Amino acid sequence: MPILEVTDLQKNFATQIAVNKLSFQLDQGSIFGLLGPNGAGKTTLIRMITGIFYPDEGSIRFQGLPFNPARDIVQIGYMPEERGLYKKMKIGEQALYLARLKGLSSQEAMRKVKEWFIKFEMQSWWNKKVEDLSKGMQQKLQFVITVLHEPKMIILDEPFSGLDPVNSNLIKDEIYRLARNGASIIFSTHRMEQVEEICDHIILMNKGEKILDGSVSGVKQQFKENLFAVGAEGTVSPDDNGWKPESTAFEVVGQREGQWVVKISEGYRPNDVLRYFIDNGKGITAFTEILPSLNDIFIRLVEGTPLARQFQPVKLAR
Amino acid sequence: MSKMWLITRREYLTRVRNKTFLISTFLLPVVFILFISGAVLIQLKTKSHNRIAVIDANGFFADYLKGDSALSFDFSPGIDTLNYQQRGCTAVLIIPKLAESGKTECRLKYKKALGLEQASALDDHIRDAVTDHMIFEKTTVSRAKLDSIRITSDITHISSYEDNGQTARASSQTSAYIIGYVSGILIYLLTFIYGAAVMRGVMEEKTNRIAEVMVSSVRPFELMWGKITGIGAVGLTQFLLWVVLLGAIGFIAQGVIPHDTLENATKNAPMGGGAAATAAMKVQSSGFNFSNFIINTNMGLIVFCFLFYFIGGYLFYSALFAAVGSAVNEDPQEAQSLMLPITLPVVFSFVIMTVVVQDPGGPLATWASIIPFSSPIVMMARIPSGVPGTVPYWQLGLSMVLLVLGFLGTTWLAGKIYRIGILMYGKKPSWKIMWKWAFCSN
Repeated sequence: MPILEVTDLQKNFATQIAVNKLSFQLDQGSIFGLLGPNGAGKTTLIRMITGIFYPDEGSIRFQGLPFNPARDIVQIGYMPEERGLYKKMKIGEQALYLARLKGLSSQEAMRKVKEWFIKFEMQSWWNKKVEDLSKGMQQKLQFVITVLHEPKMIILDEPFSGLDPVNSNLIKDEIYRLARNGASIIFSTHRMEQVEEICDHIILMNKGEKILDGSVSGVKQQFKENLFAVGAEGTVSPDDNGWKPESTAFEVVGQREGQWVVKISEGYRPNDVLRYFIDNGKGITAFTEILPSLNDIFIRLVEGTPLARQFQPVKLAR
Repeated sequence: MSKMWLITRREYLTRVRNKTFLISTFLLPVVFILFISGAVLIQLKTKSHNRIAVIDANGFFADYLKGDSALSFDFSPGIDTLNYQQRGCTAVLIIPKLAESGKTECRLKYKKALGLEQASALDDHIRDAVTDHMIFEKTTVSRAKLDSIRITSDITHISSYEDNGQTARASSQTSAYIIGYVSGILIYLLTFIYGAAVMRGVMEEKTNRIAEVMVSSVRPFELMWGKITGIGAVGLTQFLLWVVLLGAIGFIAQGVIPHDTLENATKNAPMGGGAAATAAMKVQSSGFNFSNFIINTNMGLIVFCFLFYFIGGYLFYSALFAAVGSAVNEDPQEAQSLMLPITLPVVFSFVIMTVVVQDPGGPLATWASIIPFSSPIVMMARIPSGVPGTVPYWQLGLSMVLLVLGFLGTTWLAGKIYRIGILMYGKKPSWKIMWKWAFCSN
């Protein structure tokens, strides 16, 4: 059962439609990438599914029931892109306070905070103030505060920004562990390599609309251009003037690391490429499909969108 | 435990545990007392004395014009408008031959002004002199008799009673004035101090970017209301501590300062300006009959109303302060300009209060104490004058109901602005945009 089902969600602001008829669903235990250029409407979408904004139209179902922020908010952990903590408050006290606001009892909050502080080696910070911490340390603290109450749905907006590789890995492992334990994670970022590494499912938003939805591998398949890298004996370097493959089955579009990069023509299959090389007496050393990176797909899909969205007039059909 | 209670508790504890709170709570009354005592001492020690040269064309003023502790007259011959300063006088008074009918103009020429009080005393002295002279001239009353009458006739004083139908209660205009004035000032100050604290608290949450983290756990309204109640509780705590401290200091002062010093201070208190200092001085100096002072006024009702109007006024304005805090960004200048429409009515109410305290039954007093924008400050200037005499029950009731409706209204309005404001960064919103936040569904 999907933990979150969003149907035809819409949010209008005075000058633009921030989110336009957007639908998707989030499966339990999955790590979900929410992608899109700046101003695509990601934050507005997140604010609606965390109960901060009310949608103008459409529905949100959480754990099979209509979303009720007052009741469901404790099941959600949200780490906004703009991090914030009370600068003058002691760290231990602050973590307890925020945990209690998520509905934990005072003993439970104390137990959980201690547990996480030990896990992340933060015990010595207890009586320090947030203003005494480095940016990376604040980030770790913020992550702990977000997941402390064991939410069913965790929303992380750029969780790795400002973290060194060691701490990034620490948090990444924690995200995997939380997902294995059944939490569903929405992961919003611009860092495509992280998405490819972490997410099972992605949607891509642009100008408030969903323009892509699927599993990471599915999306790559969808955008593949039938490119293959063929490694064969005798084909070594780009400036080799010797034999050159030529066939109706494919077209050579370039060379990469001593391999031919070929694009298979309409109506042919990879086997036809292999057959050509074999028929020409070339021993195959490698044969790999070249899939586009998410970065390429992202850029291709949102190309032409200005950095900040143009203001568009809102015409409401009421 | 509800989330709002958690927020209230945090707001309260972080402030009360703060060093600034302790310092301001314990230092302020001390500073206040020192200031008042300093003012009283200076009053006593530096009372100016004026010697006035008199050039009299009638010849009888030398016998009749009597000075007092602050004024004396010099009738020595040969004194004139050119040499009065060499003779040690600060002014010269020229009295021409008095006309039989109509007013005669006497001229006072000075280098250093007499001040309002002494000038009016001088006027009285001249009139008394003329009256005495006429009585002596036109009747057969002897000079000695007249003087003895003057001394022995000062045997009455007014004590007033408030008519409550069946019963009458002893009252005092002075204590009503003092209690009204002090209550008005206190509510004015506390509204500002704690309203501004609410605004700063909201701005802090916004600039620290914790607002978004918070509103993913609690409703924005709970966050705002928790802050307002928490800071309000700090205000009440501080106020109660002040009352206790001032009471203790007053008690000690009574034992230390001799009675006649206090009595002197009361007598010599200036009539006009520095009313606050005067009022405070009167409170202090009336310490020797403090028990009387309390019985004469309906303290229970006054204390209840003070707390009601303090809390009501605080809630009314702090919600608006919260809305402004949520709308501005880091720049304190923005806060200044957006605060103006809120601070203006508060300051204006204060000005009305200073007028109302002199005339607690007038139409300005009635209206200003009913309209919720000014009622918290103005009503407290009227209540000590008497309920239901000066303030009928219907006015008090209407004022209270309107204040409650008023703060529900401002809280509702502020809640809508706050909800959007705390997550908005960038350009400072105009009043028009804030109006839209409040009244268009978003």
